[in-house]
Amino acid sequence: MSKPSVKHKGDPDTTGHVWDGIEEFDNPMPRWWLWTLYVCIFWAIAYTIAYPAWPMIKGATPGLLGWSTRGDVQADIDAVNESNAAINARLASTDLTAIGDDGELNTFAVSSGAAVFLTWCAQCHGSGAAGAKGYPNLLDDDWLWGGDIESIHTTISHGIRTEDDDDARYSEMPAFGRDELLERGEIDQVVNYVMSLSGTPQDASQVEAGAVIFADNCAACHAEDATGDRDQGAPNLKDAIWLWGGDYATLTQTVNNARFGVMPNWNTRLSEAQVRAVAIYVHQLGGGE
Amino acid sequence: MSVSESEPAPKLFEAREPTFPKRVTGKFRNLKWVLLGGMLGLYYLLPWIRWDRGPNLPDQAILLDLGGRRFYFFMIEIWPHEFYFVAGLLIMAGLGLFLFTSALGRVWCGYACPQTVWTDLFILVERWVEGDRNARLRLHRQKKWDLRKARLRLTKWFIWLVIGFATGGAWIFYFADAPTLLNDLIHLRASPVAYITMTVLAFFTFFFGGIAREQVCIYACPWPRIQAAMMDEETLTVGYRDWRGEPRKRSEEVKAGAEQGDCIDCMACVTVCPVGIDIRDGQQLECITCALCIDACDEIMDKTGKPRGLIDYLAVGDEASERAGNAPRQIWSHILRPRTITYTVLWALVGIGIVFALFIRPDIEMTVAPIRNPTYVTMSDGSIRNTYDVRLRNKKGEPHLFSLSVAGDPTLRVELEGLDQVVVSVPADTSLLQRVYVISPRDSAPSLGEATTFRLWVEDVSTGERAHKDTTFNGKGN
Repeated sequence: MSKPSVKHKGDPDTTGHVWDGIEEFDNPMPRWWLWTLYVCIFWAIAYTIAYPAWPMIKGATPGLLGWSTRGDVQADIDAVNESNAAINARLASTDLTAIGDDGELNTFAVSSGAAVFLTWCAQCHGSGAAGAKGYPNLLDDDWLWGGDIESIHTTISHGIRTEDDDDARYSEMPAFGRDELLERGEIDQVVNYVMSLSGTPQDASQVEAGAVIFADNCAACHAEDATGDRDQGAPNLKDAIWLWGGDYATLTQTVNNARFGVMPNWNTRLSEAQVRAVAIYVHQLGGGE
Repeated sequence: MSVSESEPAPKLFEAREPTFPKRVTGKFRNLKWVLLGGMLGLYYLLPWIRWDRGPNLPDQAILLDLGGRRFYFFMIEIWPHEFYFVAGLLIMAGLGLFLFTSALGRVWCGYACPQTVWTDLFILVERWVEGDRNARLRLHRQKKWDLRKARLRLTKWFIWLVIGFATGGAWIFYFADAPTLLNDLIHLRASPVAYITMTVLAFFTFFFGGIAREQVCIYACPWPRIQAAMMDEETLTVGYRDWRGEPRKRSEEVKAGAEQGDCIDCMACVTVCPVGIDIRDGQQLECITCALCIDACDEIMDKTGKPRGLIDYLAVGDEASERAGNAPRQIWSHILRPRTITYTVLWALVGIGIVFALFIRPDIEMTVAPIRNPTYVTMSDGSIRNTYDVRLRNKKGEPHLFSLSVAGDPTLRVELEGLDQVVVSVPADTSLLQRVYVISPRDSAPSLGEATTFRLWVEDVSTGERAHKDTTFNGKGN
């Protein structure tokens, strides 16, 4: 350090530090700057008292105001629910078949149903409702349990094969192979017969014998003409739509072991308005009857 | 110049020199009065013109319906997706500004800019209330606020504020039905937005026209900075023929015995100037080319028996020729030249384009969005179905029936969701989203193929107008 320079009257104060003739001013902080700092410090302390801040072993200090992001979200959800309460009540009480004639209610049901569908249904049925192997395509005109709005509503409400719901849809196809109800050759014959019904290429020599086996074992549920029975959830075997697949191997597997798809009874998880909304949504996807 | 140690630090802010423009008469002043009256009249009256459009549409000739997202201009109705018309108008406004600036300099600033028009109006009020330049100067210099000064100032400010509220009030009528809104305003039923807009505009009018005045042009407006790039030596702008005027009376040269020029140094051009400059100093950033100094000088020239035009619309490029003693060139030779003609042609082309687009735009419109989740659906009978979200626009004032059909492959047929027939009713002045199915029978070419292009037609059942969109049909090969 070199020597401080000679001071004149009116020169700013220096700290007394000198490096190669360069001195350091000892200017005070501007008053406004200091006050801003003090206000910020006070604000920070007050903030940590008022709001959740200090991390503890089990979560953070809750803060005197009791505010939380979760609470904010809940308040938002409550606000939406409250604003929709009236129209939801109307949706839950209007006759199902009359909803389509009420423009405002129908629009609300379709858009609300689309949201419900994407949240709860898309996992199995797909976001576009096109389904997958074992999960029905909801866009087509083929329905296991009926495609009118009432039937769709019942199916969604009570689910498929829901054990704790007495109104659940149940279809009971015997496992013809596994339970040894039919011989391996007989299964082969009936599979070829079923394939012939929808015009799928098959072993024509088996078809005649298969028809007899079908009439004895399958027609009770799938009907004599194999068009199925919606009361029992027995699929139409003559159309071009296959839930599990219409090829030889898949059909053999189906006849051997039977198929048991499931769907929850949504009335235990969703409100009646939500169930109705999603029923309306599904009904207007292109296959509604 | 070096900064000497004794010189005080430069100030960061220069106090405004207030201006007290003197009353002036003459052809440019008259032209400006006519323009002022015409433009303010248009501004206040336009929203009140009625125009019948049918039962479901507003009957206001010019209406910017922001809530309904419609812009009405007499027989023209513009929807948001037709915003390119507005873009075209903005391009025309830009080219128009180029044209006028290259021909006549800052003629927009001097005659048509709202800042100039309202400032002119405010100065007029000031002159009515407080008197002409000298009286206003005296009032300004009088430090003591006696009763007279307070009365004059308050009267002036009150009238300014009334004009301000009328300005803001007229503005909001462009955005809602004017008679209804006026009724609501009077009965204090109108939306707070209307009152807030009115008040904000009133105070800004007061501030810009009454207080800030030329400072808006000098410090706030970007246009004076841009204009230099658009002017050239052929551009007509307000200038002083110093070769005629100098040496002016009272100058050192004249005192030394030189022959005096035409300028008698009466300062008439300075006292009338609304931006407070001396035009004899040459072209200046502050000059809005309002041409009032031309009127003032011409009056003096008439009195002194000298030819008019000491201050005049001049082109910089003419200086050398005029100095050599040639007569001033004709105005038209400045205005008609390749640059201005090019701007005019471009301007007209855009205008013709807009008008053309306006007349060929269809009355019915359709957009088609194919649904790709899933790409196709197999139906019970083996046919393949594709889905499209079709938006149909009905621009008419009453509901219209639209029928849909497909062309391009004879096996394709069309169905509408929720409807038994292929006709759908679209309400008046709105658009409707309709899900449309296109179905191809089992084993037909489109159902087996990858993608088949076809054309979806929409027809207005009552008028027979048609529109179409080409889209694709996805088959099992997809």
